[in-house]
Amino acid sequence: MSFQMPDILPALPEIFVLSMACVLLLVEAYLKPKTATYLITLGTLLGSAAITVFTGMLDPVYTFNGMFVDDVMGDMLKLMADLAAIVAMIYSRQYLADREMLRGEYFALVLFAVLGMMVMISASHFLTLYLGVELLSLSLYAMVALQRDSARATEAAMKYFILGALASGLLLYGMSMLYGLSGSLELSKVARAVHEGTQSNMVMVFGLVFVVAGLGFKLGAAPFHMWVPDIYHGAPTAVTLFIGTAPKLAAFAFAMRLLVDGLQPAHGDWQQMLAVMAVMSMAIGNLAAIMQSNIKRMLAYSTIAHMGFLLLGILSGSLAGFSASMFYAITYVLMSLGTFGMVIYLSSAGYEAENLDDYKGLNARHPWLAAIMGMLMLSMAGLPPFVGFYAKFTVLQSLVGAGWLGLAVVAVLFSLIGAYYYLRIVKLMYFDTPHADAHPIAMAGDARILLSVNGLAVLGLGLMPQALMALCTASVQFSYW
Amino acid sequence: MSIGLNHFLLLGSVLFAISVLGIFLNRKNVIVLLMAIELMLLAVNTNFIAFAHYLNDPAGQIFVFFILTVAAAESAIGLAILVLLFRNLKSINVEDLDELKG
Repeated sequence: MSFQMPDILPALPEIFVLSMACVLLLVEAYLKPKTATYLITLGTLLGSAAITVFTGMLDPVYTFNGMFVDDVMGDMLKLMADLAAIVAMIYSRQYLADREMLRGEYFALVLFAVLGMMVMISASHFLTLYLGVELLSLSLYAMVALQRDSARATEAAMKYFILGALASGLLLYGMSMLYGLSGSLELSKVARAVHEGTQSNMVMVFGLVFVVAGLGFKLGAAPFHMWVPDIYHGAPTAVTLFIGTAPKLAAFAFAMRLLVDGLQPAHGDWQQMLAVMAVMSMAIGNLAAIMQSNIKRMLAYSTIAHMGFLLLGILSGSLAGFSASMFYAITYVLMSLGTFGMVIYLSSAGYEAENLDDYKGLNARHPWLAAIMGMLMLSMAGLPPFVGFYAKFTVLQSLVGAGWLGLAVVAVLFSLIGAYYYLRIVKLMYFDTPHADAHPIAMAGDARILLSVNGLAVLGLGLMPQALMALCTASVQFSYW
Repeated sequence: MSIGLNHFLLLGSVLFAISVLGIFLNRKNVIVLLMAIELMLLAVNTNFIAFAHYLNDPAGQIFVFFILTVAAAESAIGLAILVLLFRNLKSINVEDLDELKG
């Protein structure tokens, strides 16, 4: 039996990130200056983004015996995940330095988490899917617990760990059922077996329920959302910023790989489950967010609601629906980067700007920051002309196109309820008077400029969404049609 | 009576149910939660091995090696977090994990 060398070119970005993460661990051990690891991380993420773009092919390429796929959708999501991680690193540098967390291990964990996301995005086999999810999750558990002396952060890490492990267990149990049904771990072969339908449909639905439950946990969609508020609240804000952004792109890819690559023939079955999850997420997310007084907790509930919206696009099951969902994921990450970046910006050494009261009268203290935050909030609420409006609009359009008119009405109603708590922040910033003992605002120059660009991008993409939308449509089309 | 595939699947589902109940009913000790998670992965492994045997396909058994390896890494991280938790709270009681709520 001879061993054939697999084609490693499609996996070059992953191989690069892995090697650089190992280099970073060595550099951390031997070099004194703290910024070296930070710069290596930025360089690695940039390099990985560049390699992803230059090795990209139009047609999907399968390698490693069908375990790994390199397609345009994957490349696009990897590129966005790399860029999101770069922005998150730049925002959080000052914050980490103030709290003595600017160390090699933080950046090593970031690189391994990004590697996990990339493996997830490119998975075409249950094994790679599972290993990618675990690599991402294990890195995130450790990042949440990195602030060792904080009781809140360790409690959040423990809860994240238990519920994340439970989610992996559910996912694996579902995978084992689908494996028994189809006789293969490869997503395309599972799809073929489900399509032929020679096996019992009940076993398939049984496995599907577990797989969708595991997926719901990883996405943070209700009724599997319990971990999201606690982890967003308890983790250091820099880690919350990271967890709340790039992994959402990976979670979208995860849903696409599992449900579309692997279980497209069972579309009718998972559509119902996603519809229930989406409505529950939008209801619980939007209603619970109103009652929060902590902005990180409020944004966590808003994430749950946004994930519900993301599911709506996937469940409509058309080219328009998938590309609308992809657009939604990318723009949500952009808005989320800006909002958590703002929370970091207003925090300073020994002080966290995480209560809604800390945003009172921001306009009087710093009009430009208030303007950016206002744009981000209006965009999250889905008001035109910001990009959040267009994202919601295309998802609803695809939903109506697929004949789910009732669901679209429900989604609009919950978005209206959701607008309340976003607008409340705008009201706090513009119409309330600031505290007399408000903390001074200080942040590094590069992060300040990037935050302004981030805020303006929300407006700019809202005015001209066609280019990004065309990219999303093209990448889904080249990968699936 | 010979032992067939459904007996193994039944064993797997019973183990899985015990571990899920262990996670949700346990109100005392975080270590029991870690044990329940371990048990859950073993239930999945039983399933995979049973299917791999009856399908005559070694891929399922190889998957089990990976699950075992990841489970080891997972326990390492879980126990490390547990040590931090004990240092900060001086307790490993599940009910003491109540600072974050709402």
